Amino acid sequence: MLYFSKLRIIFITLISLLFIIFALSNLFNFDNKILNKKINLGLDLQGGSYLLLEIDNDPVIEQKLQNLTVTIRNFFKEKNVRITNFKLSNQTLSFTSDENSKQTILDEFASEESELNPYYQRFKSHQLDIVEENNFFKVSFSKQGIINLKTSSQDQALEIVRRRIDEIGTNEPNILKRGNDRILVELPGLDDPMRIKSLLGKTANLTFRFVTNDTEGSFGAEKLEFEDGTEEAIVSKRIILSGENLLDAQPRMDTENNETVVTFSLDRVGAKRFGKATSTGIGKRLAIVLDGKVISAPVIRDTIATGSGQISGGFTFQSATDLALLLRSGALPAPLNIIEERTVGPDLGQDSINAGMIALLIGFILVILYIFVKYKIFGIITNIALILNLFILVGILTIFEATLTLPGIAGIILTVGMAVDANVLIFERIKEELKSEKNNLIAFDSGYTKSRTAILDANITTLLAAIILFFMGSGPIKGFSLTLGIGIFTTLFTVYFIARLLTVLYVSKNKEKEGLI
Amino acid sequence: MIAFNKYYNKFNILSVSLVIVSLLLLTFKGLNFGIDFKGGTLIELRSTDSKINVSSLRDNLSQMNLGDVSVKNFGNETDFLIKFENNENKNVIEEIKKNLDKSFGNSFNFRRVENVGPKVSAELLRSGVIAISVALFLMLVYIWIRFEWQFSLGAIAALFHDVIVTLGLFSLLGLEINLSIIAAVLTIVGYSMNDTVVIFDRVRENLRKYSDIKIFELTNISINETLSRTLITSVTTLLALLSIFFFGGEVLKGFSLAMIFGVIFGTYSSIYIANTVLVRLNVSQKTVLREDKN
Repeated sequence: MLYFSKLRIIFITLISLLFIIFALSNLFNFDNKILNKKINLGLDLQGGSYLLLEIDNDPVIEQKLQNLTVTIRNFFKEKNVRITNFKLSNQTLSFTSDENSKQTILDEFASEESELNPYYQRFKSHQLDIVEENNFFKVSFSKQGIINLKTSSQDQALEIVRRRIDEIGTNEPNILKRGNDRILVELPGLDDPMRIKSLLGKTANLTFRFVTNDTEGSFGAEKLEFEDGTEEAIVSKRIILSGENLLDAQPRMDTENNETVVTFSLDRVGAKRFGKATSTGIGKRLAIVLDGKVISAPVIRDTIATGSGQISGGFTFQSATDLALLLRSGALPAPLNIIEERTVGPDLGQDSINAGMIALLIGFILVILYIFVKYKIFGIITNIALILNLFILVGILTIFEATLTLPGIAGIILTVGMAVDANVLIFERIKEELKSEKNNLIAFDSGYTKSRTAILDANITTLLAAIILFFMGSGPIKGFSLTLGIGIFTTLFTVYFIARLLTVLYVSKNKEKEGLI
Repeated sequence: MIAFNKYYNKFNILSVSLVIVSLLLLTFKGLNFGIDFKGGTLIELRSTDSKINVSSLRDNLSQMNLGDVSVKNFGNETDFLIKFENNENKNVIEEIKKNLDKSFGNSFNFRRVENVGPKVSAELLRSGVIAISVALFLMLVYIWIRFEWQFSLGAIAALFHDVIVTLGLFSLLGLEINLSIIAAVLTIVGYSMNDTVVIFDRVRENLRKYSDIKIFELTNISINETLSRTLITSVTTLLALLSIFFFGGEVLKGFSLAMIFGVIFGTYSSIYIANTVLVRLNVSQKTVLREDKN
């Protein structure tokens, strides 16, 4: 255990130097791509927002089934099958038919090449499940159907969320999928988390619809509240224009009546429809509806054929900017709910960094002093290993550009406290060996050998705990397990290579000395 | 040599009663779950106006229909921690901000906002319980591979003792259980195991060496031989933890406190629980030699 070849010594020195340089690159700016790496600070240290959004797919499912009503009716009409009593409740579509058509309907839904009930070729499972009892049918989405629906709405929602966040221009946002109905958003250094929350919380479903008095029209009508809650209007369900037809939207100051408005321009299809609606509907009120609430419902005075217009609704400049942003980035496929939020202000982050660093420094000094008092010269050796341990640990975190959290700093401090354990085990063992063995070299050698199993056992148990935490824990806790886990490897390296090397050098020079340790 | 074995019985009675009391506390008083596991909203505020105190803040917030609101100082006089249960209102934080700005004249800085919905908190609790269970199970497997069953039983008894008594103390003192406490408990599991294994290693070595010494004496010899290491490591770990506790900021207080309890219990249990199990199971040289033959 006591022999080191020259090659090995060089190797150990080089590795240590490498990590030290990387550790230092956090403090200095090296003019080099490889060396210019830094540890990332977690949101709890640099300030920022962590938002977990859940997509509410229920309305999407309802909508899809609603659309299916028409599809099914038309599909079977062509085959001369009469279907009646369509009803939609509890995400199940029910209808009735007669005895003769029963099998035709069931066969169609069960067919592997069914147009009505696709997916079978790709997923070996249909999109829809159907149950029949006394000619009463119940259709609902199958497991696979739900999965596909969720993934596709997650994909769309992710894109819209990304666009909205990019429009605000925060630096380096992290937007990730979680499961098949969640989106994780991490926004470092955000000034105004409330604004982004309100932007992400809006579906931004924009429609232009006529205000009507006729509730019995062929499309039906609904009573909607105004955004400010002062008024109500009966609005037709027929959609003249929707947000999809929008090319651009911008906030603007309307100099005529000194009001902030949102101007928009439409694509070709949209412009055509808008022109037609405004020419036939002169004198009528056109309601501008956002997420089920009327923003405003101006009276049409002129035909607008240019494909551009403006929305007024008592906006402040901020609210007009936000509405324009929402309209530009498009509507979410389904409402998003914020189910978890963790926001840390930048000054608390800085306080945490300071507190963490002070705790690290004090803990480190206390441990070093204690070990020095306990072991004198071998205390110095242990302490050199401990200092290098810290540098190597930070160096590794830097190379992988790992994220350091406040619990992560706690993990480093704890590593400092526990790292000396291995050296203590070795030195205590050597002390015991020296009681029966007068030859220093032999005693040191067997001290190292005999303490090895205990050291391995001790570190494996801590490593097991760290690994479990890494896989089960979230956010900051992951940071703790990361530093604790890496700390075990750096500890073993510094104990068995650096501290042992120094011990060997010292002992071989003082072979004859008594009471060496 | 210190005669640790003279007190085996007394400390066993103490440990058993501590575990029973802890279990009773956990059953009847329960744990004080934080918003991570219970759901709800937490706001950390710093005021620039030193006249604002907990009661004026509480009076103001109690008019807002937030349900059960808890307001307390956090670290110092000008920092406050507000907590309330899950609220249907999505804009609740914005409304609180408006209300406070109106009543106290923009003197609050929102330093931290955490909001955990009921679904997420249930998931976090479940994964926390799973994490601790998996950790205990893996330790069990490791120790089972590594040692004879008598040793495994001793180590596991010590492990359960440490976890249960630490949680019992948290229940008794009403300290909050949040995500970082789960991390602390898992680290305690690792540390307790670590400490036990080092002594067991020595017990086994001595069992092979001396055939004529009874386990009652032998455990005492082994404890004494490893005692200085046990103490030095506990001291350095405690030094590190105390410095986190005193200087690491409010957020890490609960975590470091749990760890401090855990390290003390862990050190105690490796001496007075793990070893006494070996004595009670009457482990002898045969136990380890049989295993060697296999």
